[in-house]
Amino acid sequence: MLGSQPQTGGGKNAAAASTGRPVLSVRDLSVTFRTEEGSVSAVDSVSFDVEAGEVLAVVGESGCGKSVTAMSLGGLLPRSATVTGSVLLEGTELVGASDRQLRGIRGDDLAYIFQEPMTSLNPVFTVGRQIVEVLRLHQGVSARAAKSRAVELLTLVGIPSPARRVDEYPHQLSGGMRQRVMIAMALACGPKVLIADEPTTALDVTVQAAILDLLRDLGKRLGTAIVLITHDLGVVADIADRVVVMYAGRIVETAPTQELFDAPQHHYTTGLLGAVPTAGRRASDGRLQEIPGLVPVLTVQPDACTFAERCPAASDRCRTSRPPLAPEENPGRTVHRFACWHPAGSEEDR
Amino acid sequence: MSTSSAALPGTPSGDPTPESAPALELEDLVMHFGPVRAVDGVSLRVERGRVMALVGESGSGKSTVGRCVVRLLEPTSGTVRLAGTDVTALSRRRLRPHRRDVSIVFQDPASSLDPRLTVGDIVGEPLRLLRLGHSRRERANRVAEALENVGLRRQVAERYPHEMSGGQRQRVSIARALVSSPTLLVADEPTSALDVSVQASVLNLLADLQRDMGFACLFITHDLSAVEYLADDVAVMYLGQLVEQGPRERIFGDPKMPYTQALLSAAPLANPREQRARQRVLLRGDIPSPIDPPPGCRFNTRCPVAVERCVTEVPALRLIAGRQVACHLVHDDGTGPDVRLVETSTSSETLPR
Amino acid sequence: MTQTSGTTPPETPTVEPSVAGLATMGTPPGGETAPRRGRVWRRLRRNPLGVVGALILAISIATALLAPLLAPYSPAAVHFDAPFQPPGTVGFGLGTDDLGRDLLSRILFGLRASLEVGVLAVVVALAVGVPLGLAAGYFRALDAVISRFTDLMLAFPFLILAVGLAAIRGASLGNAALAIGISQIPGMIRVVRSETLRLKELDFVAASVVDGAGDLSVLARHILPNALSAVIVQATVAIPVAILGEAVLSFLGLGIQPPDPSLGTMLAEAQQYAARAPWTAIVPGLAIVVVTLGFNLFGDALRDALDPRGSRR
Repeated sequence: MLGSQPQTGGGKNAAAASTGRPVLSVRDLSVTFRTEEGSVSAVDSVSFDVEAGEVLAVVGESGCGKSVTAMSLGGLLPRSATVTGSVLLEGTELVGASDRQLRGIRGDDLAYIFQEPMTSLNPVFTVGRQIVEVLRLHQGVSARAAKSRAVELLTLVGIPSPARRVDEYPHQLSGGMRQRVMIAMALACGPKVLIADEPTTALDVTVQAAILDLLRDLGKRLGTAIVLITHDLGVVADIADRVVVMYAGRIVETAPTQELFDAPQHHYTTGLLGAVPTAGRRASDGRLQEIPGLVPVLTVQPDACTFAERCPAASDRCRTSRPPLAPEENPGRTVHRFACWHPAGSEEDR
Repeated sequence: MSTSSAALPGTPSGDPTPESAPALELEDLVMHFGPVRAVDGVSLRVERGRVMALVGESGSGKSTVGRCVVRLLEPTSGTVRLAGTDVTALSRRRLRPHRRDVSIVFQDPASSLDPRLTVGDIVGEPLRLLRLGHSRRERANRVAEALENVGLRRQVAERYPHEMSGGQRQRVSIARALVSSPTLLVADEPTSALDVSVQASVLNLLADLQRDMGFACLFITHDLSAVEYLADDVAVMYLGQLVEQGPRERIFGDPKMPYTQALLSAAPLANPREQRARQRVLLRGDIPSPIDPPPGCRFNTRCPVAVERCVTEVPALRLIAGRQVACHLVHDDGTGPDVRLVETSTSSETLPR
Repeated sequence: MTQTSGTTPPETPTVEPSVAGLATMGTPPGGETAPRRGRVWRRLRRNPLGVVGALILAISIATALLAPLLAPYSPAAVHFDAPFQPPGTVGFGLGTDDLGRDLLSRILFGLRASLEVGVLAVVVALAVGVPLGLAAGYFRALDAVISRFTDLMLAFPFLILAVGLAAIRGASLGNAALAIGISQIPGMIRVVRSETLRLKELDFVAASVVDGAGDLSVLARHILPNALSAVIVQATVAIPVAILGEAVLSFLGLGIQPPDPSLGTMLAEAQQYAARAPWTAIVPGLAIVVVTLGFNLFGDALRDALDPRGSRR
């Protein structure tokens, strides 16, 4: 289905709701943290767009900056962070917006769900009350209307007997149910963009499958754009329309999902894909691909490929000149871009 | 009842001398914590030199089984035999000679190494405790050897755990577990806390070491792709009991128990085309509480094909089609339900694909 | 914020390349391969605040020990002709009190008494509190008994304990220290117990048990060393508390007997003249502050030096 025609018109994949105009547009986003040991560059010149109804996955390993990117979109970073660049949500600039303004936007047009639902829910209030609170805060509806809307939302996210569940406390629900409640809260105000930071990492596989189905379904049905932060390539393969691969704070490759898995160009992407045991593969069939070395912590972003020291194809050029994220092939819309001087697809460079 | 099927291809058979006895035999293992019935009658057998994966979701009791095997927990009832010796009832003193038969690697490399000790002291601790190696020098040599076996340089012995990355710490953990040359290694989610590319290197390492050193391994995990990569045999647990057990290719190629089928179909494949073409089983609800497990087959509350008998009668593990399976609906000739073909639109979130 | 895993620039790719470049932030290079005792000492010396603390303590202890040689007068020597002399008066460097006693001499001897009480009390608290705390945290069966005992001790009024002890054994500096030490036992037990409870759940303890380590071996090798930071912090907080506690007891006549001075009694006596001769309070007060500071700085530095992970905040 999705991505089966990777070369052209990637935008057509992203549901009928797509207008070709992004709801969320991130340009040259950079984040630097001040720490005791000096400044640390966590995100460097990250740009991407998300359209309505589209699921964009941001993947990478710990320390790649994917979570920092997610937090910076809604202004959730601590004061020690310096954010530059531009984040446009339907034309509204979020970088540099006041706390008051951001609070109004978060939970309304921009919603978050996190890995561990228990820490995001208040244990002393019923789930219904927590959803009602969000609705009344952002939409100023009456208590009664909010309550019936809460039941609707619980129904929407597939919670059985929602009229009863609405009066239960978070501890009375299982992990999967709690994550559904979190999704219901996030959807309460009909957000344009839902940022899901490792939403299924804490869940069992059988529960994860149901939550992923729910997210995909909601994105298509409500036209919500989803930014999915994950380390799990299986999750990406399952529900993402497009993928952004991050390494050491930079985007190293971005492509429609099928295209990325079929023809990865950056050597970090190929390494990552080769590291996962695929179905039917045995240890006796050969070793899994390893990526030697560690992710660097950078104080300044060098004019070089930050993956060069771990890359099997690196040359002097990689160490002295930063590869650009290759230009768009399609005017108006990006198809497959990668920041590599010696892409895995081009044989003469290997 | 269940050990009868252990005549797996390539396993030594013959008289049960300690040398040929299986590395691990569990007989009707039960572990209750007060009202919580974490493990409820598990029997399994790991032959020498083979890798047995124990898979299941949270609350299945798989880690509790591991902790009973290494005697961190005192089982409520049942028998644990290590290399032919029943160690269930042994006193601390009598147990000591058998401690070297088994080692354990834990999930979180951040908490499994004492931050106050050097890597050398950590890896050397089993030798000291088990009184292996006669001199300090001999022990230091064995430590250096163990470190080199796991791909670290011997100079690492001088360092402290916090000076190493997560993957390196997990290597130290593995070196510590293998320095006493155990017959059985219990690996409790050894890769779950690691990044994808580091996971690959640890899996490679375990595969290499297992091939070279020939220890048996009880590989406890929820990561099914790692299981397929590493394991010879697979045992699937659900709510404290084994539901299916047998050679890897049978379990992965042709699972019989509906839960196994659902579990295998739920784990996403890292390949969009295959993943999206798959028929996935969506189970109803969540795992019930182990305090009050459902009667009959414990999976009956979530099973898409359960019949009345499943609620009233506990299914026994039976040897069918080359594996043991506990399901009333699987016939003796190996035919049975395939829940992957059953329409499971039981809740509103299922989308027609 | 998430960038905590790797800390080095990447090495050239080899099988295990990062081992070579593992010198971590905050760990001084070169201190890695030294024997452990030398390393602790080296790291202690490298911490400037720790050195200041150690110097303060060394000078305090030296002057306290050498008080008979350094003091210009006997601490009890009365100069009726010169009461309330301000600091800087010829012959009385730090001034005099209401009876014309030389404050410098009294501070030197008072320091000695106060340090004795502080150290003695904390030794008592450590000697009883650490083993009981370890036992309570590690052995489930003993926890209930020891924790009830702790509650009982906390509920028992400190002054009644001190009065009782004085009644049985007589009022003296040593008995005051004992009373203070006993009152500090519950705090020590609680700190050690909670650390033990936390540590015993960690996998490295389990790994030791799997290899047949006995309870005492686990406690001595894994739990006590890791609980040490908390113990040191508790002890450095307890010493100044003990010094002030001694003042209370001495004020009530249960501690050091007049005319012998201690820093606490000097401060207590000075309060009635605070308006007229503020230096009589300021001088011993300052001494207490400086000694307290010394213990705290040195304690923090010692904690950091003993922790292989280096200084953390």
